[in-house]
Amino acid sequence: MLPEKLRAAFVVARRDFVAVIFSKTFIFFLLGPLFPLVIGAMAGSIGAQVQRDLDNPSIGVAMPAHQGDRLVRARNAMADRMAGQVPDFVVLDRLRDGETFDARAELAKGSGVAAVVTGTLDAPVLTGPQGRIGDWQGMISTFAARARTASPTAFPEVRGDVVQTTAASQRNGRIATAQGGQVLLFLLTMLLAGMVLSNLVEEKGNKIIEVLAAAIPMDALFLGKLFAMLAVSLVGIAVWGTAYGALVMAGMRSMPELATPAVGWPVFLVLGFLYFAMAYLLLGSLFLSIGGMATTVREVQTLSMPVTMMQLMVFFFASFALARPGTWIEWAAILFPVSSPFAMIAQAAQKPALWPHLLALGWQATWVLLIVRMGAQLFRRTVLKSGASGRPARRSIFAMLRKPA
Amino acid sequence: MKIQLGEWAVSGNHGDAAAVDACGAELAIEARALVKRFDDFTAVDGVDISVPKGAIYGILGPNGAGKTTTLRMLLGIIDPDSGTRRVLGSDRPTEVARRIGYLPEERGLYPAMKATDAIAFLAALRGVPLAEGRRKGRELLEAHGLGYAADRQIRQLSKGMAQQVQLLGTLVHQPDLVVFDEPFSGLDALNQGKLERTIRDLAARGTTVIFSTHVIAHAERLCDQVAIIAGGKVPFAGPVDAARDRLRPQVRLETRVADGPWRAALPADARHEGAFWYFTLPESGIEPLLRALIEGEAGILSLSIERAGLHDAFVAIAGEAAARALEESAAEAAQGRQAKGGRR
Repeated sequence: MLPEKLRAAFVVARRDFVAVIFSKTFIFFLLGPLFPLVIGAMAGSIGAQVQRDLDNPSIGVAMPAHQGDRLVRARNAMADRMAGQVPDFVVLDRLRDGETFDARAELAKGSGVAAVVTGTLDAPVLTGPQGRIGDWQGMISTFAARARTASPTAFPEVRGDVVQTTAASQRNGRIATAQGGQVLLFLLTMLLAGMVLSNLVEEKGNKIIEVLAAAIPMDALFLGKLFAMLAVSLVGIAVWGTAYGALVMAGMRSMPELATPAVGWPVFLVLGFLYFAMAYLLLGSLFLSIGGMATTVREVQTLSMPVTMMQLMVFFFASFALARPGTWIEWAAILFPVSSPFAMIAQAAQKPALWPHLLALGWQATWVLLIVRMGAQLFRRTVLKSGASGRPARRSIFAMLRKPA
Repeated sequence: MKIQLGEWAVSGNHGDAAAVDACGAELAIEARALVKRFDDFTAVDGVDISVPKGAIYGILGPNGAGKTTTLRMLLGIIDPDSGTRRVLGSDRPTEVARRIGYLPEERGLYPAMKATDAIAFLAALRGVPLAEGRRKGRELLEAHGLGYAADRQIRQLSKGMAQQVQLLGTLVHQPDLVVFDEPFSGLDALNQGKLERTIRDLAARGTTVIFSTHVIAHAERLCDQVAIIAGGKVPFAGPVDAARDRLRPQVRLETRVADGPWRAALPADARHEGAFWYFTLPESGIEPLLRALIEGEAGILSLSIERAGLHDAFVAIAGEAAARALEESAAEAAQGRQAKGGRR
């Protein structure tokens, strides 16, 4: 019976795959990821400019004659030796004896400085917003101390001894790779698995569902639809991957610098593919079952938001578990079927053992079959239950929800 | 609509363990005590059906009687809550799906598919390789004068043409059993006639045909046997003649004399309409009545005995069943009220 089911699933999958690939809308599907990239690039460019403006503040100096200039020289001498960005110093006024400077008025008139240093080198006063004072107090103190010494300080040269990595940086790097793998998996499944929600609505709308139900087992129909959309997804990924590769080759983009995963890149990529397939099949079978209950496109649209939220929750759960290795939370993420692929791709980045992946893939495949079977049975029970006369009324998912207990 | 099945004409026996009826005829379908409930509504309530191989079998019933649900159970689309079914020798109809063709009442195909591909797809569902399905589909379309539409999308065809394409897709894999649910609905008189011929052709080649309808005339013209479904029950199942024989023949009498002692010989149900008297043939037969009419000097101008039609039989049988169902549901409701009252 299994070969017959697979044969029937293949017939359905082939029909769906051809119907999607040769539809005019498929080109929009392929272009889909371009839109967020373009918008992201534009927003990033604008944001970077704003950030640059914000992160290049200057500090005004109004001190008695020469003291202000010495403070500025001390800043210039030490700026390259300090971590982080050091703001520019601008001399606002060289005060004569007994002269004072109204720093608050200077800041209020908007001359472009973010804070003002007044007082003397022995007792500097920093006037500015609370956050800026917190950030710069120590720095002003250091520069003032340097400015007070008469003799110039000799800075010894530090020789660099480069090592490839440390245990800590390797661990952190692999966590970053694990996070990268999870994010990519999540983005792809979110982009693609939601599509199957509306998959059975076409058959219901075309009234062909009954012919299919009479000819092939319902779980073969479900499996066929999942396989078709998986194949469509792989076509999409191949196109997007090729496009990205072309951009890298052309020098327009750079490959992200990620630490080598514990299982090595080739195995990690293979596992990534398998876990994508499993994550897609798990979420897809769930969505197909939920979508199968919907009778109209409007119902499917209404369902898409909670379904997206559910995907987000699964992703957050797996991400949360990543930060808690060895705890029951990590185990729960590995065992809970829909979060399992996300948790396991993170494992592949961090731990070299391969056998857990075989177990996990088997576990996930079992759940795919279980969900497909349950979804198909539910579909048979709830959707194909009345004649064309419509009595008793066909119950949509919403009608089921309305039914009193 | 002729179906030229040609050299790949339908096969009859696949050597399975088929059931036999009381007369020893092999059965294509045997269902016993099928019950299907949807929530608190019983759509089918103990249906028994035996369809001999090669027969044209009609399932008759008013709208909402349970015809479609019964067919869906026979096809394995839904499972009965209780009862047994055996289709083409198998207890699991889905296992013999390749040998069955099904045309549901709500017809539909993928609109973007070409006609040939649609037939090939339906064939592929039933196990025919795609290339072979395409070849057969093209042949069938050519044979039925639809060759010009072979490469057109379904959405570009008229509704009638699309229905023909689906019919060809139902038959392309040469099924042993063809199930039609309300096949005549939505067809014009010309296409109804063509479909009747198709059904006869199929039966002539040994294919078992079962169809549901609420238009009795089709069943009367086509069927060897019928099951009448009303309120989810089958008050009658058997040969069409047996259904007719459930009603006594009607007598139509025309007399020269309007009144006289012969009137006393007429049965109690006799009614006078125009120049004629109509009444049910008495159980004692026509001879005693004739004698009485002659002796009473009725002056018989004409007398005819008409066998009841299937339509009349259907109305009577389904009507009785509906009345019974109404009584039963009223009794159940009364019991329910009593039970509620008792609890209070």
